[in-house]
Amino acid sequence: MKIPLSRIAHTRSGDKGDTCNIGVIAWQDRYYPILVREVTPARVKAHFGALVEGEVERYELPNLAALNFLLHRALGGGGTVSLRTDAQGKTFGAALLRLEIEAAPEEL
Amino acid sequence: MIRIANGQGFWGDWLEAPVRLIEQGPIDYLALDYLAEITMSILQKQKQENPRLGYARDFPPLIARIAGRIRERNVKVIANAGGVNPVACAREVLRLAPALKVAVVLGDDVFSRLDEFLAKGFEMRDMDTGAPLASIRPRILSANAYIGAFPLAEALATGADVVVAGRSTDTALTLAPMIHRFGWQPRDYDKLAAGTIAGHIVECGAQCTGGNCQVDWQSIPDMANIGYPIVEAEPDGSFSVTKHPETGGRINPHVVKEQLLYELGDPKNYITPDCIADFTSIRLDDAGPDRVRASGIRGGPRPPSLKLSIAYSAGWKAIGTLVYSWPQALEKAQAADRIVRQRLRQLGLSFDEIYTEYFGVNACLGPAAPPNPGPPEIQLRIGVRGPDRQAVDRFTRELVPLVLNGPPGATGYGEGRPAVREIVAYWSALLPREEIATRVEVVEA
Repeated sequence: MKIPLSRIAHTRSGDKGDTCNIGVIAWQDRYYPILVREVTPARVKAHFGALVEGEVERYELPNLAALNFLLHRALGGGGTVSLRTDAQGKTFGAALLRLEIEAAPEEL
Repeated sequence: MIRIANGQGFWGDWLEAPVRLIEQGPIDYLALDYLAEITMSILQKQKQENPRLGYARDFPPLIARIAGRIRERNVKVIANAGGVNPVACAREVLRLAPALKVAVVLGDDVFSRLDEFLAKGFEMRDMDTGAPLASIRPRILSANAYIGAFPLAEALATGADVVVAGRSTDTALTLAPMIHRFGWQPRDYDKLAAGTIAGHIVECGAQCTGGNCQVDWQSIPDMANIGYPIVEAEPDGSFSVTKHPETGGRINPHVVKEQLLYELGDPKNYITPDCIADFTSIRLDDAGPDRVRASGIRGGPRPPSLKLSIAYSAGWKAIGTLVYSWPQALEKAQAADRIVRQRLRQLGLSFDEIYTEYFGVNACLGPAAPPNPGPPEIQLRIGVRGPDRQAVDRFTRELVPLVLNGPPGATGYGEGRPAVREIVAYWSALLPREEIATRVEVVEA
């Protein structure tokens, strides 16, 4: 069934220059395999559309049941150059929580 | 065990936090992080105008306010408040609190040495774009090397009450007391990595105690009196993160995980001047109310280079807003945006970028925003940037006229035309660490 990412994870996002990072943390350790399977770099890139001009990279932290995403060229030039309200990517984490993912009822 | 508190996550953080940390319970060290990249260039400009400025000006009055407690409770303060003028900062601290002993850490400021490095053949290419530093040389405003925790530990060894540094890393402020008190050596990779990760957790102040936190945020107690974090560090590298009793906020593993992931790159290679820390080795445990324990952390040897943070002038920008009311608020704002863009074209002005947001519809989430049909009001927000200050200035005069000569229902122009601001951009480059020699000086009143 389809569920929003917010059902199984919470997030925090921030910036390094023109790169935005999003930490995605499973609410329960047993949800971590769902994150690994469903929250792929391609889906994250598609979710943000034209907001993210560069690549999306993903790193795994199984010890924290968490993923770390790097969204390159995602902040309109970065902190001081950017014309955006959210030039430091503070709200990208919350935006990702709307991502629709697939999970079987017995996984939840 | 030693207790290291963090009372400032950036310059502009809550003024009461460090005072409460020292008054509301036991701490041994008070770490205060004042520097962001943009801060250094602002401080450099202030120093050019007045050679006695160029540091975080909130810091000396804060030390004066807590000087009695520092002595009475034998708390040592470590801060990167020195900016581009640590000696002037230390002198001002001594003027306001003459009973204290103050040490400064010098050597991070390489603004006056860039041509020497270029002459030696160091190209200092931008770590993102690969462009050589020579391409922006005349526009550079400040240049600093990130220095690590060992120079700060050396300053603590002088017996100073207050250690003032310039561009030390944020994490070094927390790691330095551990090196000083536990005698850790440069080859104690795992311990240095543990202290670095402790520093990463607390370097943004209340962001690890319930601030800016999604974990059941409505139920976080007493945010008005949120407690700032305290690391309880053990000589073996394990540590707990906690806060004073009777303070607001919340610490549990999920809250700490959010901060561990904050501004993280490759989790296996968190590079600092002191070591490389592996975030995939951290074991986190719930250790009771408002207490999280970390253990098992592994690390690797420090890198051969230090990172430089270089600020340079990169043009001009201005951002203006107008509010449009129901009905058809969004359509009116979109029409106004088209009109402004057409008028800028007709004036023959060109910009590197013109960027429009509709505040209340898509300003934060962009294409990922949920649908919001028929909003009662919309703020149109248009920004431009480019190399020509006059063009940017002309843009700032093109918004307010729309109140009378554009779509109906415009308001919210009370602030007048927007300000033109200089863009200070950042350049990160690597330099062999042998080129940077730090030294510690005790400053006398």
